[in-house]
Formats: sequence, C-alpha cells, structure tokens
Amino acid sequence: MKETFTKSMARNIYYGGSMFFLLVFIGLTYDTHQEIPKRDNHEAINEVVALGKRVWEENNCIGCHTLLGEGAYFAPELGNVYTRFGESTEALKGFIKSRPVEGIPGRRSMPQFNLSEEELEGIAEFLKYVDGIETARDWPPNIQG
Amino acid sequence: MKYQSQLVAQKYFIAALSLFLGQILFGVIMGMQYVVGDFLFPEIPFNIARMVHTNLLIVWLLFAFMGASYYLVPEESERELYSPALANLMFWIFLVAGALTVLGYLLFTYSELAALTFNELWPTMGREFLEQPTITKVGIVIVALAFVFNIGMTILTGRKTVVSLVLLTGLVGLAVFFLFAFYNPVNVVLDKYWWWWVVHLWVEGVWELILGAILAFVLIKVTGVDREVIEKWLYIIIAMTLITGIIGTGHHYFWIGTPDYWQWLGSIFSAMEPIPFFMMTLFAFNMVNKRRRDHPNKAAVLWALGTAVMAFLGAGVWGFMHTLAPINYYTHGTQITAAHGHMAFYGAYVMISLTMISYSMPIMRGKVANSQAAQTLEMWSFWLMTVSMVFITLFLTAAGILQVYLQRFTDTPITFMQAQEKIEIFYWLREVSGIVFLIGLIVYFISFFVKGEEPQGVEA
Repeated sequence: MKETFTKSMARNIYYGGSMFFLLVFIGLTYDTHQEIPKRDNHEAINEVVALGKRVWEENNCIGCHTLLGEGAYFAPELGNVYTRFGESTEALKGFIKSRPVEGIPGRRSMPQFNLSEEELEGIAEFLKYVDGIETARDWPPNIQG
Repeated sequence: MKYQSQLVAQKYFIAALSLFLGQILFGVIMGMQYVVGDFLFPEIPFNIARMVHTNLLIVWLLFAFMGASYYLVPEESERELYSPALANLMFWIFLVAGALTVLGYLLFTYSELAALTFNELWPTMGREFLEQPTITKVGIVIVALAFVFNIGMTILTGRKTVVSLVLLTGLVGLAVFFLFAFYNPVNVVLDKYWWWWVVHLWVEGVWELILGAILAFVLIKVTGVDREVIEKWLYIIIAMTLITGIIGTGHHYFWIGTPDYWQWLGSIFSAMEPIPFFMMTLFAFNMVNKRRRDHPNKAAVLWALGTAVMAFLGAGVWGFMHTLAPINYYTHGTQITAAHGHMAFYGAYVMISLTMISYSMPIMRGKVANSQAAQTLEMWSFWLMTVSMVFITLFLTAAGILQVYLQRFTDTPITFMQAQEKIEIFYWLREVSGIVFLIGLIVYFISFFVKGEEPQGVEA
C-alpha cells in the first residue's frame, strides 16, 4: 500500500465503516420487525403449536432435516411438508408414529421417538404453522422441498 | 517464550487437538451413514453424530482461540497474564462442561437430556449449533466472561497494540453475540432472525477479527516485517470484513419470512464478502515475500499461507457461488451449503488455529522450531488434510449441483430420497476423502513426537 494511505486512515475506515453499517443493520432490523407480522402466520400460534416447537427442539429434528432450508441435509425439507403430505396433520402423525425402532436395513430411517398423542398433535400443528409462513417467492421452489 | 504465563496456552491447544480428533471421527461416521443409512442405527442416529461433529468443532475452536489469546496477549502487552490461575481454572471448567455435554449427547436420547437439564424452564435446545443444554450455555457464558476479563485486564494494563485490541474486540463480540442464543421465541421467523445474530455475526463477523489478529501476530513473528505495515493491512482487512459482513447477514434472510428487500441487500453485500478474504491472501503472500528474516519454523509459514488461500476459496469463492438470491433460491439448504461449510470452516478457522499451534507449540516446548524431520511430517499432514478437504468440497459440490437439478430445477422433480440415491457415488467419494483427512490428522499428531536435531536461532 502506498505511503499516502496511512495507518490512521485505515483505522478510521475500520471504526467509521463498521459503526455505520452496524447502525444501518440495527435500523433494518427495526424495520424488518415492523414487516414480519404481515407474513409470519403468527395468528396460527397457540399452545399446541408452542408445545410442537418444544417437541421439534427436544428431539433435535434439525439434526437431520432442514426447516425453511436451515438445518442438516440428511433428510427432507419440512417447511412445506404439510402441503406435501396432502395438507393432512393425520398423515404427518401417522408417518412419525410408524417409524420402525430398529430402522430399515441399509437405508436411512427416522428414529422412533415414542411421542405421546399430545406431542404428535403438537408437532403436526407446528409443521402446519410453519408451512403457513409467507416466504419470499413462496420458497421452497416446489413440492419436493 | 518471553513470559512464563504464556505456557497456559499449551493445555488449551492439547485439549483443542484432542477434540478435533473426536470431531473428525464423528465426521467419518456421518459420511458412512450417508451411504449406509442404518450404520450404527439406532445406537448413534445421524442427528446425534452431527450434533457431536459440529459441537466438537465449535468447542475445540473456542479452546484454540483461547489458547491463542493466552499465548499472544502477554507477548503483545509485554506483561504476564493478569491471572494465570483464572485461566487454568476456566480451562478445567470448560473441559469438564464440554465433556459432560458430549457424553450427555451420546448416553441419553436428546429428549431425555432435555428433561434431565430442565430445558422446559428456559428452552434453548434443539436449534442448529446451539443444541447444548441451557445449563451448558450458562457455563459457556461464565467461561467466556472470565476469559474476556482476564485477557482484557492484561491488554488494558499493558502495552496496547493494534493486534491485541482487534483480538479483544473480536473476543468481546464473540461473548456478546452468544447471548442471543438465550432468545428463543415460538415464532419461527423471529427465532431464525435472531439465531443468525449468533451464527452469522460469529463466523462472518467477529471470528474474522480473531482470525485476522492471530494471522497478523504470526506474520509479524515469522517474517519480521515492520509492525506498522502489518497493522495497516489488519485494519483495512477487518474494516472490509465488517462493512460487507454485517449487512451481509441478509443472505440468510432470503427465505425465512423476512421482507423482500433482504434479497437485494443480502446479495449485494455478501457478494462483497470475498474481498477481505482476497486481501488476506495478498497480505500473507506480500508479507512473506518481504520477509526480513527466514524463520526456522517453515511449517508455521506454510500454515499461515494455507489459511489465507483456503479461507479465500472456502469462505470467499464457495460462499459467493450460492450467495446471490436468484441462485440461492435453488441451492439453499442443499449439499452446496454443506460443501461451502466444510471448506470455509477448515480454511478459515481450523487452519488459523493450526497456524498458531504450529508456531507456538515448539516455543512452549523450549525450542524455536521443530526438527526438520518433524516439520517435514507436519507439512505432509498439511497437504493430506488440505487436499482431502478440497476433494470433500468438490464431491459435495457435485452432489449438490445434481441434487438441485433433480429435486428443484428440472420440470419433473423427484423426491429428496430419490435424489439422494442417485447421487450416492459422490457420497462414497466424499467418505474416502474423509478417511484421507483422518489419516492426515493422525500424521499431524505423530509429527509432535518426532525427534531430531532442532534448528538453532533466536526466539522472536
């Protein structure tokens, strides 16, 4: 770097630049929080969904699946699984309930989590709620997730 | 070694490397589960293996950052560590908490662990990378605060250099942004929005400050280039990191229910995120070319140059590849993401940790550098691990492109599992590369025990 560009100039760009963009980011965060309620399907959130999110978390579902594209890439995307399963919470519950304890020879298989009826209802309602979130361009791109 | 208390770093590095081995072993298990789906099922389901793999990575990198700080800060501050006793105490607390957490993952089902640790009182578990029980998270905060206090007091009561102040900023940021791990609303959009304040602002924000500071320190030591020059580079690199990286968080706000303007902001700013990494590459090569001395530790120089190149490729190029919103629409949450994640973490954070370890461990063991034989073996491990990581990334990228096409891009998309079966060959190749990586790591460990005539020279 040329001598005309001094260390104190570099330092000022660092402090000035990062402070400026941090403040912009905080401003954008504020604005985003004004916009989020228009598309986050919060009307669907109730006690059952809240329980469902706990079930989702306490069985580490994100360790295999993605949810709106975030998580692990070992098992299908679940942000639109409610639609993929024919908009049926019963189908979701049935699938989760029917997983074989010992797995399937040679293949990937979801563990049997031994969920109670209440927990099954919760997780199904939770996935239905997430499916109702209005994502940009209606992501995921198609029914396969 | 100029100050006795720098020696604290040694045990941090040993712990870091031991956990690194554990991380890779679980990586190899997961790679196997990708092709033999019932491998170790139901004893170690994939989600558990993955959690151990990623959590061990985070914990060992934290050990390495702490060790690096304890080594670097006294030397920069020209005084002994504020409290070596506190550093030792925190080491054991962190190690025991980390070990108990990993044992908890392996000995109980995750839901049992959640019940056992009273997750219902303050639910924070079950989110990617933040799977630790809430009580462990509290432990992390305590360790981080004590650590930042210890390092901060050393820096603030000693000589203040740009390197140590940038490092301190990075460490304070690390501690502060981790606090968002405790915010976990039921609303998934809000949950995800703030989750990224930990994950993105760590790895694409403050961790890069830590990386830059460590790299600058090692380059000052091994090249003998004037500190003024190196500090100017450091400032401008981290300036670009934060200028692009903070709003660059927006590339995670494309598809989670956040406003559409993030598609523009996230694309534009994150497209510039490779710039600081490219500057880092220029920086490292320039400094080595302008070196005023030939440091006998050639291996450390190789790691430093390797960090700069691989961080640019993994974080910069592979990140850019899928960061523009119209492309990310198809690639989001596929093996493309996995490919990027692997090379970025290895290139940036694993390699900077190994750079620091390579430079400082011989000194802490009473010599300026290892013997030629030991260094040769260490360089072998460098190439084995780095080349196999390049191949892991290439195979996952190939798998990802096919996955995107088969499952999302074509007019006749097939299901996730059908697509996975079609791309199986790439998972086999990735697993073979993973085993080569493990061999490289074992070679690395062996290099610590190779004797031979040690080079003479003054310590710097």
